[in-house]
Amino acid sequence: MSLLRSASREPLWKEEFSVFTSDERYVTRRQFAKFLTLVSLGMFVGNLWVLAKAYFAKTPSFPSVEVGEAGEIPVRGVKLFTYPTPKDHCILIRTGEDEYVAYSQKCTHLSCAVYFSAKDDRLECPCHQGFFSVRDGSVLQGPPPRPLPKITLESNGATLLAVGVMES
Amino acid sequence: MTNLERSKQRRGFVAIDGAMVLIIILLIIQIWLLSATLETFLAGHTGAVLQAAIFSGLVFLGCLALNLFATRVD
Repeated sequence: MSLLRSASREPLWKEEFSVFTSDERYVTRRQFAKFLTLVSLGMFVGNLWVLAKAYFAKTPSFPSVEVGEAGEIPVRGVKLFTYPTPKDHCILIRTGEDEYVAYSQKCTHLSCAVYFSAKDDRLECPCHQGFFSVRDGSVLQGPPPRPLPKITLESNGATLLAVGVMES
Repeated sequence: MTNLERSKQRRGFVAIDGAMVLIIILLIIQIWLLSATLETFLAGHTGAVLQAAIFSGLVFLGCLALNLFATRVD
């Protein structure tokens, strides 16, 4: 602690509680350097926090969940569902007679809900005009930094199942 | 205050100012590093997280050393 103190010979309480008002407001170069060093410590702690999150995060498990029946929605129609938890909203799109794709509905920019624009054949985020390809979820335009997470689908007879999430 | 003392004090101010500028540059690098690490982590890539933490620690040690220099310089 003594290393971080100012080099002056005055006790710390006299520096912090000066008898002169003007001195109380005055920030010395050394105090400012100390503050910047503490900010640097905060940044380092932030990096350690990310490291801890990365190493101790649980591997997500993806259950097999029924999304709907094939033919339930028309071609170029959509159905909303949740996967893998009830809080994760997703969108299922029927792109062809036997073609279905599903994506997380959460925009990778600021988490607004994306919707399917059949007219332009793309997924659109209404908040900041971020557009995603309906083929692979890649970013076509706008501020989103990453593609939409793709929901892996399987068909079990006439039933469509969501079985996993593919992050970019 | 003699001329010698005044000159010494001026040199001390320059040294502290220089140390502060270096700390600010290191901080900008560290802020960028943290935001880039967070961005890659949220994208699901964790390969560079350890290296980023080590580099951030080194930058912090650099800031600490500069702070000690600024504290001790006359």
